[in-house]
Amino acid sequence: MSAEPLLSARSLSVTLGRVVALDGVDIDLWPGEVLGIVGESGSGKTTLLKTLHGAQVPDEGIVHYRDPDGRVHDVHRMPLPVLRALHRSDWGFIFQEPRQALRMGVSAGGNVGERLMAQGARHYGNIREAAINWLGQVEIDAKRVDDLPRTFSGGMLQRLQIARTLVTHPRLVFMDEPTGGLDVSVQARLLDLIRSLVARLHIAVLLVTHDTGVARLLADRILVMQAGRVVETGLTDQVLDDPQEPYTQLLVSSVLQA
Amino acid sequence: MSFYNFAYLDEQTKRMVRRALLKAVAVPGHQVPFGSREMPLPYGWGTGGIQVTASILGRNDVLKVIDQGADDTTNAVSIRRFFARTAGVATTTRTAEASVIQTRHRIPETALREGQIVVYQVPLPEPLSRLEPSRAAASEMHALGDYGLMHVKLYEDIARLGHVSISYDYPVMVNRRYLMAPSPIPAFDNPKLNRSPALHLFGAGREKRIYAVPPYTEVRSLDFEDHPFRLTRAPQSCALCGARTSYLDEIVTDDMGGRMFICSDTDYCAERREKDAAE
Ligand SMILES: Nc1ncnc2c1ncn2[C@@H]1O[C@H](COP(=O)(O)OP(=O)(O)OP(=O)(O)O)[C@@H](O)[C@H]1O
Ligand SMILES: [Mg+2]
Repeated sequence: MSAEPLLSARSLSVTLGRVVALDGVDIDLWPGEVLGIVGESGSGKTTLLKTLHGAQVPDEGIVHYRDPDGRVHDVHRMPLPVLRALHRSDWGFIFQEPRQALRMGVSAGGNVGERLMAQGARHYGNIREAAINWLGQVEIDAKRVDDLPRTFSGGMLQRLQIARTLVTHPRLVFMDEPTGGLDVSVQARLLDLIRSLVARLHIAVLLVTHDTGVARLLADRILVMQAGRVVETGLTDQVLDDPQEPYTQLLVSSVLQA
Repeated sequence: MSFYNFAYLDEQTKRMVRRALLKAVAVPGHQVPFGSREMPLPYGWGTGGIQVTASILGRNDVLKVIDQGADDTTNAVSIRRFFARTAGVATTTRTAEASVIQTRHRIPETALREGQIVVYQVPLPEPLSRLEPSRAAASEMHALGDYGLMHVKLYEDIARLGHVSISYDYPVMVNRRYLMAPSPIPAFDNPKLNRSPALHLFGAGREKRIYAVPPYTEVRSLDFEDHPFRLTRAPQSCALCGARTSYLDEIVTDDMGGRMFICSDTDYCAERREKDAAE
């Protein structure tokens, strides 16, 4: 691990309506590390992720991001054009519902190529080649490159979203329940795919999941949330095999029972 | 017609339109909102262009009005007559003689010169509207210069058809900053905008937007390095004047399938024929 964190947050607090969604959260994420954020429904996982990538402004606290040139940015105070440029190059997003992330009226190839074009790629042949290459990496037949996503299965849509995100080689990917809503066998294949891509490309991931099984498979380190607070954190195996907090014990055992 | 103010619009309104025009010239290709007025003709007949023309006309201007390249269509004739009456300015059909040219669908073939102003009647000012229905989202894309989506459209065309299928209102980048709809001129006319010595003003009445391309501004049609923008034109030569490089209209001549191709720019065509007759 390098000496400097990629992303670090201190004392994040967010109140939504009358709910304290985040309450003094600290986070450090290192380059290439997969950090799982687990906790029951409503514990603040999604709010934390949104606050980290700039979509939710915290009432208190600060989020710092170190860009590839080593410059540190305050995520909530950087100019919008710079934040947007980050969103479409150095950062990536994979959410539960691929239909919201994809352009359903645009071919698979166009979906994968969009981020390249947004970054200024202007060579059709190269864009197409990259799209076909990425479809291959997510195990979608190159013959489908000109097909519309609406002809794809749920698992394929999710893999297309992954290709569309990773095509620009982001250093940090935000994932919120990336395998939610898929049936178990499809989920297993997708998890394997994410695990191998993330390891090979050395991508840092912030992975939100309510499923400790998913966290166990993908995460190097885990952060357990309850009612907007981080109640336990540590290496994945340590936390899941030997949970210290009663809440974490409950969380782990409910999975064992399932 | 002395009960009309000069050029129909009141001076307050003209001043407001001119302020929008100055802003538009200062930020080439950027759409500036303006308080579009009711005009004595329906939207779609060029109310945006007419307000711009009314606001810039001076007593010594010479006005030309074309519609689809022709000076003699109903729309062109009535707009020309409107300004002859309300402003008393001289009118012409000759591109070279005009100081202000109001147009729909074409840029004249005769090369424009410094000091000339072309006013376009624009139905849809927003080049992203077909791709991004939300105006707020489109404005944000303009603010951030985030035009990847427009290239996705070109990518899709090439993937599906082997070439870009846009033949009118082909999107351009102005001064390397703003994506702009050049109004429904044929893509064939796009290169005439690039580094043109004339001033080009665009008025959209219904959408209440004004934008501009100042003289000698770079205007590039969007394309890919390996699929460069190409001029498309019917391969024929004009049946009347023999021109091989002008933009042609296809005319049906009878009910037996007879047809011919003639210059869409009637002034250009007539001038070529006069010259031939004189020689
Ligand atoms: N827009 C909002 N307005 C008010 N309260 C909100 C809003 N969004 C979230 N909350 C509340 O904030 C708390 C944290 O919500 P959050 O979505 O972060 O939870 P989560 O851990 O992601 O849950 P889940 O696993 O169900 O997705 C919850 O109590 C939720 O009800
Ligand atoms: Mg959530």
